[in-house]
Amino acid sequence: MGSYLLRRLGGLLLVLLVTSFIVFGLMYLAPGSPLAFVLGPRGGTPEQVAAVTAQYHFDDPFFVRYFRWLGDIVQGDLGHSIVYRQDVSALMSGRIGTTAALVSLSAVLIAVAGVGFGTLAALKSRWVDTVVSTLAAIGLSTPSFVVGVALISVFGVGLGWFPTFGVGSGGFDTLVHLILPAIALSVASAAYLARITKAAVNEERGREHVQTATVRGLAAGVIVRRHVLRNALIPITTVMGLTVATLIAGAVVVENVFALDGLGSLLVRAILQRDFAVVQAVILVLVVAFVVVNAIVDFLYTIIDPRIALGSRQ
Amino acid sequence: MSEALLTLTDVRAVLHSRHQSQSLLNGVSFSIAKGEALGLVGESGSGKSLTTRAVTRMLDPAFEVSGSISFDGAEVLSMGPAELRNYRSRDIGMIFQDPRAHVNPVHTVGDFLTEELVRNRGLAREEVEQRAITLLDEVGVRYPERRLTQYPHELSGGMLQRVMIASVLLAEPRLILADEPTTALDVTAQSDVMAILDEQRRARGLSLLFITHDLELAAACCERLAVMYAGEIVEQGAHVYESPRHPYTIELLGARPSIDQRLERLPVLQYNRDIHEQLKAEA
Amino acid sequence: MTLSIKPPVKTVKRAAVELRQPGVLQKGYERLGLVGTAAAAVLLVIVLAAVSAPVLAPYDPDFPDLLAALGGPTAEHPLGTDALGRDILSRLMWGARVTLAGPGLVILLSTVVGTALALVAAWCGGRVDTVISWVLDILFAVPGIVFALISVAIWGPSLLTVVAGLAVAYVPYVARVVRGAALRERNLPYVSAAWLQGQSGVGITFTQILPNVQPIVIAQAVSSLGFAVIDLASVSFLGLGVQPPTADLGLMVKSGFDSVLRGHPGEAISAGVLIILIVWCVTVIGDRLTSTARSMR
Repeated sequence: MGSYLLRRLGGLLLVLLVTSFIVFGLMYLAPGSPLAFVLGPRGGTPEQVAAVTAQYHFDDPFFVRYFRWLGDIVQGDLGHSIVYRQDVSALMSGRIGTTAALVSLSAVLIAVAGVGFGTLAALKSRWVDTVVSTLAAIGLSTPSFVVGVALISVFGVGLGWFPTFGVGSGGFDTLVHLILPAIALSVASAAYLARITKAAVNEERGREHVQTATVRGLAAGVIVRRHVLRNALIPITTVMGLTVATLIAGAVVVENVFALDGLGSLLVRAILQRDFAVVQAVILVLVVAFVVVNAIVDFLYTIIDPRIALGSRQ
Repeated sequence: MSEALLTLTDVRAVLHSRHQSQSLLNGVSFSIAKGEALGLVGESGSGKSLTTRAVTRMLDPAFEVSGSISFDGAEVLSMGPAELRNYRSRDIGMIFQDPRAHVNPVHTVGDFLTEELVRNRGLAREEVEQRAITLLDEVGVRYPERRLTQYPHELSGGMLQRVMIASVLLAEPRLILADEPTTALDVTAQSDVMAILDEQRRARGLSLLFITHDLELAAACCERLAVMYAGEIVEQGAHVYESPRHPYTIELLGARPSIDQRLERLPVLQYNRDIHEQLKAEA
Repeated sequence: MTLSIKPPVKTVKRAAVELRQPGVLQKGYERLGLVGTAAAAVLLVIVLAAVSAPVLAPYDPDFPDLLAALGGPTAEHPLGTDALGRDILSRLMWGARVTLAGPGLVILLSTVVGTALALVAAWCGGRVDTVISWVLDILFAVPGIVFALISVAIWGPSLLTVVAGLAVAYVPYVARVVRGAALRERNLPYVSAAWLQGQSGVGITFTQILPNVQPIVIAQAVSSLGFAVIDLASVSFLGLGVQPPTADLGLMVKSGFDSVLRGHPGEAISAGVLIILIVWCVTVIGDRLTSTARSMR
């Protein structure tokens, strides 16, 4: 167990190191001098240029800058935003909660709707199956921003049931504000999970051990819960994990539709303003979250499927 | 002969698919007395497993089943859901060919053993576990306490089949159906498992419907044999192994390879559907 | 034991089919099924309309007619006009060109690169395979759309930068599937036979393995195309991809979004529905091709 976690952690750090290098390296290659953004379009006096260059260490060689950046990050210093003239960590700490709340709420919606509808499609009548499968096919084909625009126009503008912009004033109000964005973010993933669930439940239902349970006279409900759904959880968890990981990136789009001030909208603005310190930091955080979620799923897997020992999937 | 426990009378099963109907059981009739073991033998595809599926009501709904299957006076084919569950839970126990596939891999052996009694009869888990430990010991599973917390994949095929036997005995049924219970096991485990099944059945006075393609094995542990061909029972009785009468049984017995001589080619049965139909027409 | 000789039903059937020499249409129908064929037909209509936009489109997609702004459906403008008075139908036809061509390019690039990497990894095995798989794992660790955003951050917002970023993002998906299939093929006897006949590794890869994994490559490419359409449209919607005034379906949803708030949902609805329709067709075709490719194993 200990050695497994160590190995897993090592692999995780390696991936992070490589991605951080790529992210930093690519930004380094970017054309155009960031000086221009600090000093404005007309440039500055030679003294100003020298001062800014020294302040941001623009003159140092690539590796020196990379390792200084990495060292700072390890110490919790994510750099300084040229546009906002503020520490990146301060910019992010105010927004990371919004993104996390959005992603968590979506994950819950996806799990409930995906597993629920998928199971219904597999176990109920053909009619239910047809309806769920058709809806899933459409949901899978619909980009989150289209869902978002549709939700805003129908429930926000048309019916006026939900607020359409911002995150509200915390607590329940925030939850109400996040419902539409979370639905927009969930639709495609829930549709996909419903499909996977349906296939998994159908497959598990045909297994021999389900015959054993039936011939022992167990109640239908017990068979479905303990022998069909419990076993179908294995593929469902895999997909669910991958899905949550992609939600982190998907949040970028949805936050923009609903004007939520999260990491995603920060990233898009930073890209447009070529605020590289912010871009680097946000992308790194997105990748860290993505990788960490995947690692957690791998760990959950060993709990759900006793045949898989810790680390045997490495 | 003593009182019959299970009686099949002219059981027919027709598989309806979109384009055709295929008759797979053509009037199977036999009965098993209380405490008696009947060996149902035949080649693959002769309808042996289909017969057990009919008895357990596990046939796919696409099958149309007719005739009568009577268990201790009750008609199995007309049982309602509650009655059927009760019949499956208390009256019969089924041992399958491949224990690896027939035991849910995600639950422990203890879960598997106790599940039925705890959920269907409301017994306390601790109590059932104690009985399970005793039974595991009786069927030759060493360290029974430890097995309860293990998962199926941690046990060998032979061990798992003993667990399967213990799970059936635990429910105290009156009839055990065993569908090729040793075929999927390796050779050394086969004789052990068969011996245990035979011993436990006799000790408890249970009836057994033993499905196999191994005539000798069936003759060794069953009072009577029934030979199936093409969804029919061609010959049955206590005499079958010693003095077969039906041409198919004679040929089947003659086709067994002997350990004394080395054959160039294994014998191929000459008996086929045409001869079968002709014989039926003549009878 | 008897050895019953089964009648070679399957062979007879297949021979009969081959005798009739099926045309392209029939072959396609066999692979796609009813729904798949319908999806293919719809997609074909959309592609034809997009390709012939310069000829068929009733108006110049960029020509503003402020007097006719935000008009509903009329005989002149079957789908109405947008906030600048541009004809929505014409913009849809032109927009579909971009919305189809961009992802098409993404898939073309990633399929070529991914398949090449996968075949090299599968054939060479050993250390080469380890390195390639490791690189793919790293690429997997970054969500697809993030690649597009990185690319935009470096080279600025444009269709080509997004296409380049997404192409990199889709490489590991293609490569993983193809590598698995190629490894299976590599271990089959016919490959050893070709090897014994003195064919070179490169030769076997191209003449033996590639044709056998080709259905899987195509199925994977089509399935990914749907996701690429969504990703690209999303980036355009964010304002980081295709730049106005170029017509693009993602952008049209964005500009239509403002009109929605003013009570004119025409532009957003028509562009949104067209995106869904395109992705649905592509996904259905991809699903069918995938299951056919699997069943041919």
